[in-house]
Parts: sequence; structure tokens; C-alpha cells
Amino acid sequence: MSVTYLDAIRAAQEKALQNDPSVFIYGQDVGKFGGAFKATKNLAEKFPGRVIDSPISEDAMVGLAVGAAMEGMRPVVEMQFADFSTVGLNQMLNHAATTYWRTGKPCPMVLRLPSGGTPGSGPFHSQSMEAIYAHYPGLVVMTPATVEDAYSMLLEAIAMPDPVVFCEHKLLYYHLKAKSLPAEAVPAFKAHVARPGRDVTCVAYSAMVHEALAAAEELAGEGYEAEVVDLRTVKPLDTDTILASVARTGRLLAVGESWPWGGVSAEVVSRVASEGFELLDAPPRRLNAKDTPIPYHPNLWSAHRPTAVRIAEALREVLRY
Amino acid sequence: MMDREVGKASSQAEQDPMERMSRAMLRARVLEDKLASLYRAGRIVGGVYLGRGQEGLSAAGGVALRKGDVLAPLIRDMAGRLGFGEPLVDAVRAYLGSKLGPMKGRDGNIHRGDLSRGILPMISHLGAMVSATAGVLLAKRMKKEKGFVGLTSAGDGATSTGSFHEGLNVAAVEKLPLVVVVADNGYAYSTPNDRQFACTDLLDRAKGYGVEGHGVDGTDPEACWEVVGRAVQRAREGAGPQLVVGRLLRLCGHGEHDDGLYIDKKMKSSDRGRDCMEVLRDQMKARGLGQNWDRWEKEAQEEVEGAVKKVAEEPLPDPFEEDWRATAMVGAAEAVQKG
Repeated sequence: MSVTYLDAIRAAQEKALQNDPSVFIYGQDVGKFGGAFKATKNLAEKFPGRVIDSPISEDAMVGLAVGAAMEGMRPVVEMQFADFSTVGLNQMLNHAATTYWRTGKPCPMVLRLPSGGTPGSGPFHSQSMEAIYAHYPGLVVMTPATVEDAYSMLLEAIAMPDPVVFCEHKLLYYHLKAKSLPAEAVPAFKAHVARPGRDVTCVAYSAMVHEALAAAEELAGEGYEAEVVDLRTVKPLDTDTILASVARTGRLLAVGESWPWGGVSAEVVSRVASEGFELLDAPPRRLNAKDTPIPYHPNLWSAHRPTAVRIAEALREVLRY
Repeated sequence: MMDREVGKASSQAEQDPMERMSRAMLRARVLEDKLASLYRAGRIVGGVYLGRGQEGLSAAGGVALRKGDVLAPLIRDMAGRLGFGEPLVDAVRAYLGSKLGPMKGRDGNIHRGDLSRGILPMISHLGAMVSATAGVLLAKRMKKEKGFVGLTSAGDGATSTGSFHEGLNVAAVEKLPLVVVVADNGYAYSTPNDRQFACTDLLDRAKGYGVEGHGVDGTDPEACWEVVGRAVQRAREGAGPQLVVGRLLRLCGHGEHDDGLYIDKKMKSSDRGRDCMEVLRDQMKARGLGQNWDRWEKEAQEEVEGAVKKVAEEPLPDPFEEDWRATAMVGAAEAVQKG
């Protein structure tokens, strides 16, 4: 028996629907069809009237969830692809995110974003949106990298009183497996040292954690021990765990699958530079995708995003300084 | 649960709806005249947007709603808010930035709301409240509540947004008891209808959405009550979303910073440019209620003066006492504050 990352997301939703009558799922094709990725398979049959097909109206999907959350429900909205959430961005950034601040009343909802690149997906089915959402106050942004986190963090997201953007990586959906669902959960706002090491810190999140782990393995063969920190949640950002790691290694590489202008990796480097300058033995570095739309062909796509090989190269440069 | 204002809920239901319309409209007009003078005196920070000329259409919606319903007002809905039960003093607090107001100085003016009273605080992005109101109604249905209605307002300009379309469409798909009242005042800020849409009558759109449509002369308060009241009743009975289009004119600028000189003079002098307050006063006189009208106006003036005086002495928001926290999480507050 094994559980995939996608199974974990489906199981978390099933458990939430079971435990809390205020939870419902709303999205395109999520009902009888079970969702474009089957993340809601069989849930409509098990929970009649609570797994609801929406029209192709991303703005209204999020707007409707905001209203339902104001009325005490806990909607989970599935965007078919993270990329399409741009159409619902106004309701998320200006409505959901401002509600608690403006009214003092919570707006508990989850926006599930099937995120990130896969071969052949191209410019409009590959995006990572975490930086845009994280920029706005009032939102929590989660980027689970493991099967266990996909399960426990989604459950925590649904239970939270705030709007949560849940960035699940499509590349991990089918291939990433665990023996079973976790019995215990690590709190969602805590970063996790995925691999300890003493020579250099590699901060990553979502699918990039696995590329970073592979890079660390490659460096181990060369005698270097890279520490991989999995952020898990990018907003709020667990700066303490990052700084503690840099205190051990003195060197930092921050990796993100999204574009290089701004974003999570820039935030990590900025915080370490300003709050942990004395800890550094080398200039902190970043590695991101190239600053172009995400290419369709696998030859271009695999050169566009950070990979284990490119991360290993960047780590060597940080180590050589 | 919603707690309607001043314990009048029981007597309100028995009151003549036209009396409730009159009172809401008079209180709105008197209050907005006061707000305009406070704005000119520099006592209000930010914009002031008035509903002058649109009180009848707005009030009809507020008066037609009852406890347990939801109202998502837009910028020209002072009368509807007051008709539904928003405390007048809260409107003053929002404009003067009182810390005791519903938004505590974090947001102001027309962006106020009170979820505990069923009044959604609008965001500025037009059309956005349509799907949010639909969401409240869907939630009420899932909670097995019965007999509730949601009402939201839009202007002619808001009907051009994708958000308006998506919201009304999804409400129709879900057959929600939503009433959308469009105040077609001919101009979106300065842009006339012919630069906003190419259809001859916005009411024609009802058919396209598969919802019931109702047109009304927005300058005629009795007609507004009849038509909006009927739309609310239809929604309450389970007939699905209702689109009301009221034709009228705003008798002021877009906001108090705007002189509104672009409004066509012919339109102004036509029946569309009538002041609904004068129309209603004549309607009430014709019913033999002229003396009541004068008394209500006087009461409104006293209430407004009293509220402004009271709020002027209330504390203002203090940046040093402010919580500066945008998320509700308890326990994780520190982490969230750090961002």
C-alpha cells in the first residue's frame, strides 16, 4: 500500500468533509467527474450537495466562497490550474484578504492551486503563484513538498480562520509516494530541515525541495554536506529556522521554481542579509526559473526551471566563494 | 444572529411600507446633505459619495428586506441601509473615522458594513459583491435556513464588469434568492450609457441570464416599492434571482469632488431628472400624510445633528493602539505579524 501526494489531498478533503459540516468543495468539474486531476474523486457521491460544480467563472467562484465564509462556512475552492486563479485574483486579494482587517470577522476559506510546471504544460498551465498571493496581507500561503504535508497542511488550512492559498505541485501528484498518511502533523507554519548538513544551506519549497535534495546527494559524493530547508509555508515565513540553519553553515542558496523578479527566494535572501549578515561567510545567492513565460517543449522547460544539476552548480559556487 | 436596530423590528413589520420608505429616504437625504457640508468644511477625510435622487430605489430594497436577510449596498445606498436597519450613527462614524464605528477607522465612508447585521461591507471593485452575496445565500441554504433573501445594488457602469456577469450567472445557476437592483442613472462617473453598453435596455439582459426582470421608474418611490418589493417577494418564494432596473438620474456629481456638469441638461429637465423626494412628498400628501412628512423631516434633522455631535466627541483610531494584524489566527499571531 502506498499513498500519493494527490491521494493525500483527496483524503484530507474527505476527512474535512466528514468532520466538519461547514466544509464544502466548489470548483470546475469537481462533482461527479471528480476534478481535472481527480483530487475530489467520489467525494460528490459520499457528500451529496457539498461537492459542487461551478461554472467557468473564477471571479465568482472565489467571490462566492468569500460570501459563504462570511456566513460561517468553510469553502474549499479548487482552481483547475493555479494559472487561472489570476481571473479570481481580485476577489482573493481585495475581498478575502481584507475581510478580517476591515470587519474583525474571519474569512475561513481555502483556495487550492494545482501549481508548477510539468513537461508539455506550457505558459498557461505551469505557473507558481505563491509570490503574488504572499505579497498581500491577510492571506496564508502554503507550499507542501511531501505527501505527509499535503495531507496534514491541507487539514490545517481548512481549519484555519483565515483565507489560505494552498499551492499543490502537479509534478508531485502521481509520482511522490509515502507508505501511509501521517498520524501526527508538524505545525504548518514551521519550516523543516529536510536534510541536515554543515557546509551550505539550501532553502527550497514545493517541488524544488526534491531537486534540492537530489543536488545535496550529488554534493555529498564530492564531500560537501548541504542542509536542505523546506519552507512548507511561505507566508508567514519561518525566518527563525532559516537563520538557525545559516548560523550552522554560513552560506545560503534560496531556490524557487517561480520567476526571478522578487518572490519567495528574494524574501529569504533579503531577510538573511538584513537579519543574519554576521552569520554569512559568502554572499547569499538565489536560483529561480528564467525570466520568460514557461516553455512548452520539455527540452526548453527542463532548461527553464531550476533542476538538481543547476542547484548543485549554484551550491558549488556558493561553497567556492 | 442579526440584531436589527433600536428594537423597532416588531413594530416595523406592521408599519406602512411607504411610511418606512419616507423615513429612510428623509433620514438619508438629511444625513447626506450634512455629510456634504462636513466634507466642504474639511471635516471628512477621503471621498463622499451621495445617493441624491436615488433614495427611492435604494430605500425600497432596504425596506423590503427583513431580519435574517442580507444587504450588499453600493455607494448610493444610504437610504437602503437605513431602511434595512443600519444605525445612522454608524454611517456618521464611518465618515468621521470614529474608532467606535463598524470599521474602526480601518476603512471608511461607503465601504462600511456590519456582518452581524447582515450588511456586507462593499469593496470598491464593481460587480464583486454580486457573487459574494450569492455565497452568503448559498451558505444559508446549506445551513437549512428558510425564507431568506439577499439584495445587492449596482450602477449601469457595474453591469459592464466580468464580475457582475459571473456573479449573476452563478446565482442563476444555483437558483439563489438574490435580487440585483441596477440603478441606471445614465452615467458611470462621467461615461454615458452609449459608451458603456450597446443594448437599448439593460433589462433585456435578464432573459439571457435566465432570471426574472423588472423595470421601474426610479424617480417614483411608490412604484419602486411596488416593483422592488415584488422582486424581493418573488425571490423569497423561490423564483430565483431577480434583476431590477430602475431608470433615474443622480442629482449630484459622482462624488462631492465632482460637479457633474457632464450630465445632459435635457435629461436633467426631463421626468428622469425628477427628485424622488419631492415625488414622494406629494404622494404622501395625496394620502393625507403631509403633516407626518414634515414631522419625520424634523425628526431626521434632530437625529442627524445629534449623531454628528455625539460622534465628534468619540475617540479616533490610534496607530499606537492599533492591532496591525491582517489575519485572525490566534496563537500564530506573532509569526503572522512578522509576515
